[in-house]
Amino acid sequence: MLTIKNLRVAVEGKEILKGINLEIKAGEVHAIMGPNGSGKSTLGNVLAGKEEYEILEGEVLYEGQDLLDLSAEDRSRMGLFLGFQYPVEIPGVPMVNFIKTSVNEHRKFKGLEPLTAGEFLKLMREKKELVHLDSQLTNRSVNEGFSGGEKKKNEIFQMAMLEPKLAILDETDSGLDIDALRVVSEGVNALKNPERSAIVITHYQRLLEYIVPDFVHVLYQGRIVKSAGKELALELEEKGYDWLKK
Amino acid sequence: MEEQDKILHEVTSQEYKFGFVSDYEMDTIPKGLSEDVIRMISAKKNEPEFMLEFRLEAYRKWLKMPMPDWAYLKIPPIDFQDIIYYAAPKKKPQYESLDEVDPELIETFNKLGIPLEEQKVLAGVAVDAVIDSVSVKTTFKETLAEKGIIFCAFSEAVQEHPDLVKKYLGSAVPTSDNFFAALNSAVFSDGSFCYIPKGVRCPMELSTYFRINAAGTGQFERTLIVAEDDSYVSYLEGCTAPMRDENQLHAAIVEIIALDRAEVKYSTVQNWYPGNKEGKGGVYNFVTKRGICRGESSKISWTQVETGSAITWKYPSCILMGDNSVGEFNSVAVTNNYQQADTGTKMIHIGKNTKSTIISKGISAGKSDNSYRGLVKVLPGAVNSRNFSQCDSLLLGSTCGAHTFPYIEVGNKSSVVEHEATTSKIGEDQIFYCNQRGISTEDAIGMIVNGYAKEVLNKLPMEFAVEAQKLLQISLEGSVG
Repeated sequence: MLTIKNLRVAVEGKEILKGINLEIKAGEVHAIMGPNGSGKSTLGNVLAGKEEYEILEGEVLYEGQDLLDLSAEDRSRMGLFLGFQYPVEIPGVPMVNFIKTSVNEHRKFKGLEPLTAGEFLKLMREKKELVHLDSQLTNRSVNEGFSGGEKKKNEIFQMAMLEPKLAILDETDSGLDIDALRVVSEGVNALKNPERSAIVITHYQRLLEYIVPDFVHVLYQGRIVKSAGKELALELEEKGYDWLKK
Repeated sequence: MEEQDKILHEVTSQEYKFGFVSDYEMDTIPKGLSEDVIRMISAKKNEPEFMLEFRLEAYRKWLKMPMPDWAYLKIPPIDFQDIIYYAAPKKKPQYESLDEVDPELIETFNKLGIPLEEQKVLAGVAVDAVIDSVSVKTTFKETLAEKGIIFCAFSEAVQEHPDLVKKYLGSAVPTSDNFFAALNSAVFSDGSFCYIPKGVRCPMELSTYFRINAAGTGQFERTLIVAEDDSYVSYLEGCTAPMRDENQLHAAIVEIIALDRAEVKYSTVQNWYPGNKEGKGGVYNFVTKRGICRGESSKISWTQVETGSAITWKYPSCILMGDNSVGEFNSVAVTNNYQQADTGTKMIHIGKNTKSTIISKGISAGKSDNSYRGLVKVLPGAVNSRNFSQCDSLLLGSTCGAHTFPYIEVGNKSSVVEHEATTSKIGEDQIFYCNQRGISTEDAIGMIVNGYAKEVLNKLPMEFAVEAQKLLQISLEGSVG
């Protein structure tokens, strides 16, 4: 599904990713862990198509296509979803309009008719229940006045609405209490199937108790310094990152 | 059948509407302005003596007035002697079908969602007899006449209803009001006149009709609306379709008089040519709009969506004379590229318990400057009056400017004046968030801008609200990224 080959990326002249290699197959869940400033969020943003990054070298293939050549909106329409670490507020734009526009853009890309109002509302109700999203929130402006936990739930709600092929969740667990963490994780797990993959970016092993990864990678100073199965997360929890820095 | 033919003729020969004299050679009119030119204009229009006096008085005052320079605008020098003040507009190209029209224009029409038949009229395509707008216009005229409503060209009103014109002309905007108002009063070519008799609610938005006619708007337009006791009218000026005009200088006047318990809603959509991306060309729009709530409990509301013109200088105002009268100003002003806008309102509270509300939403992009300028003045006698003002600015990018110049004068202790202002910016993070959900940058800006301006757009007549939304988006195309 996703192949990253020797990806080197700089921001404002400073190299952040120094040669990333990663292969993700359909149905797999990969966790990316690592200390602050190691480049985890950069990787997520580059894959999603944020503009401020300079690609120095390397190649990313998504379903056989050159991902880096596509616009951010086309990447989304082709099934790549980024759950933001800090979802922005968009005052004046009701959440319900926003997600409706989003869903219909995705449908248009696939050559489908837009959903009718009835179909849309039914879908929205279903997906809101999945993440226990307060019904009133969709009537408010996008993320405006949402609590930290509500913002994260809202990300997973949008993911559920769009049913992406590849979901990148950037520190979805940060700022969540244990109940919210469970709800969010259940939401993610409910979407799991053999066709869908996920990249879970996190600091802590805690989230991985709920979303069990097939692989764990440690990103440090712009490089993947260790890859292993889910047991690596536990080892990191116990020993910290220092033993990998040498 | 005869009526049908007449209307058809009127619609298809827009460029000669309001009875311009076609045998008058353009070359024989000298450039520039003098008493002789004004006498000639008045004579050509076969005006009664009082009109000529009105024009001459205005002209004499104008001669002594300097051009205003207090606005936050860079206005290139205008040579007022280099303008032809009375000319039959040039005949626009007439096309056989829409296929011959500039495809870019058609694309804009489609983006705005303007019905096909209207597109033809606006683009100057010959229309056949069965078009909707013609029948609309016929039924329209009949319905209005039944109610005793007068709605006609200004020059027609001068001939048919001279007493009404004489009574109200210049009563909201005196000839000496300002430089551009004096100029307009001296030379105005034509415009509209609207009279709603006592107790009559105008049963429809005066919009469809006007829209069809809007294609031929003049350089020095004059509109006069009189609403008698207990009457109501909603009036729409302008058009969302892009308007190109040979004349660079526009100086229009709109006067509204509302008597006891009368209500007038005046909505404007202005989309004149703003000049090109480098700031060359574009219309200079200097407009004086004022309404007088003369009667008790009367109400005047201005709603404007301003996206066009290179320079906009415009302050639709309300003079709240009658006790308990109400004034409203709702505005969205968009500037992009090198456009400049200095716009706002004046609310003058004279009567007791008068109330005014100002909602201004400025949107600037490119290298443009967008200013809100507003005066709220409460006179000592206007006890228990209230004003609420909200002035928001939205910036796209970092090379544009937003400015707010509020002036507040309160002359008594029982009145309350509130002013709120915010400035915000569409961030790249917001755009990226939308992109990441499959929404293109243009659509994202449209969505954000419309969310921001919603409060004002909701005040527009329904059919125009939708077009105005699209217009905002189109006006800002290419402004980010």
